[in-house]
Amino acid sequence: MISSQPSLLRSIALQMRVLHALLMREVITRYGRQNLGVLWVFVEPMIFTGGVTALWTAVGMNHGSSIPIVAFAVTGYSSVLLWRNCAGLSIGAIQSNIALLHHRNVRVIDVILVRCVIEIAGVAASFSILSTLFIFLGWMTYPIDPLQVVFGFLMLAWFGTALALTIAAATAFSHVVEKLWAPATYLLFPLAGAAFMADWLPPKFREVVLWLPMVHGVEILREGFFGNVVRTHYDVGYMASICMLLTLFGLYLVREAGLRIEAK
Amino acid sequence: MIAIENLCKTYDTRFGPRTILDNINFRLERGRNIGILGRNGAGKSTLIRMLSGAERPTSGHIIREMSVSWPLAFGGAFHTHLTGLDNLKFVCRVYGVDYKPLIPFVEDFTELGIYFREPVSSYSMGMVTRLAFALSMAIEFDCFLIDEAMVVGDARFHERCHVELFQKRKDRAFILVTHDANVIKLYCESACVLHKGKLVPFASVDEAYDFYQHIDE
Repeated sequence: MISSQPSLLRSIALQMRVLHALLMREVITRYGRQNLGVLWVFVEPMIFTGGVTALWTAVGMNHGSSIPIVAFAVTGYSSVLLWRNCAGLSIGAIQSNIALLHHRNVRVIDVILVRCVIEIAGVAASFSILSTLFIFLGWMTYPIDPLQVVFGFLMLAWFGTALALTIAAATAFSHVVEKLWAPATYLLFPLAGAAFMADWLPPKFREVVLWLPMVHGVEILREGFFGNVVRTHYDVGYMASICMLLTLFGLYLVREAGLRIEAK
Repeated sequence: MIAIENLCKTYDTRFGPRTILDNINFRLERGRNIGILGRNGAGKSTLIRMLSGAERPTSGHIIREMSVSWPLAFGGAFHTHLTGLDNLKFVCRVYGVDYKPLIPFVEDFTELGIYFREPVSSYSMGMVTRLAFALSMAIEFDCFLIDEAMVVGDARFHERCHVELFQKRKDRAFILVTHDANVIKLYCESACVLHKGKLVPFASVDEAYDFYQHIDE
């Protein structure tokens, strides 16, 4: 008799196995085997970040600050891609993997999480590669506090994952969510802290913008990168609380979504 | 053992909730089998989705004390960009089985030749079904879920399925749903009829057969 009592260790092992299986499947189906294949995971965000960096440099966007424009664009765009891609790509996660739920080990949460893992890994790789390249070329300086950069990155990744769980699960309740997400990202983007430092804003407006948790993440990351050259405004406690609440809400929605899904 | 206790499944429609499965109970021991007969729309596939775990019951419980397969020969979970081999790897990873020793069996059974390493999008229906069936056989389960409508193919394919499933794995339990009473008579030792949301049990397959013939309306 196989013990039907699931021990925590066995559950973790099972979870890892399923995530690994989904990861391999997702990477091949999304990027294929032709040309760059799996490398697209980070080439795609790299082109995006690199393109914006080039554009901003070309128009010589003057933001009245001592921060080099290249470093500013790289830190800003990587931050945006982190939460935007996690949420954006997880929207279709349930619908396109619904048949997999016939494999009883594969649950709704797995198909969402795996997309987040791919996005986070992709952005992390593109961020590191671009930074290394630009530092090597002398366009960027080495981060003052690499650990804080990592911390800011992880906070944004957490926010992105929590957002992805919530939004992806919400699509199981209403398709309106998918329709609203695209305009929402466009509206959120200019406010999300990629193209400005909170310090440059008028204090009244800054207060409003700092309601957005991702702004705190970008500020943490940039403080790690630039040190005291910039004045930053963030509250780790606030961002962590929002992420925690969103995670719990997302997990709740994912469970509810699992109950109402119709797997044809 | 797998048991269903007081299972109900309701779907929301624009005309209010529709109950497809209404307080269903049954129990299947290791190594035994049962056939479930039902007309089109009786809820057979819904029941299969409950048993496989793809959907959750609205109320009631499913107790699984043996491993239960995904629906036999179910090809809907294939990704068309993946090759046959990729799909084998995926299924093996999900169930924690090494795929390498299984390649010869799957290649032999599916007769896909070079197409085993080509994307599923280039397969014919028959090739997809053969691959799906072979993958079902690649992972060992205590109990197989069989939706007869999914296992379509020519006589030779049926014969080979028969050998794999009912001869080589005759010690396993299975649950077979079909609209075809003769299939149940051929393969099952007990039978139920799914009718108007209720699962009606019978003492023998013959009684189920007779009952089923008279619900034509």
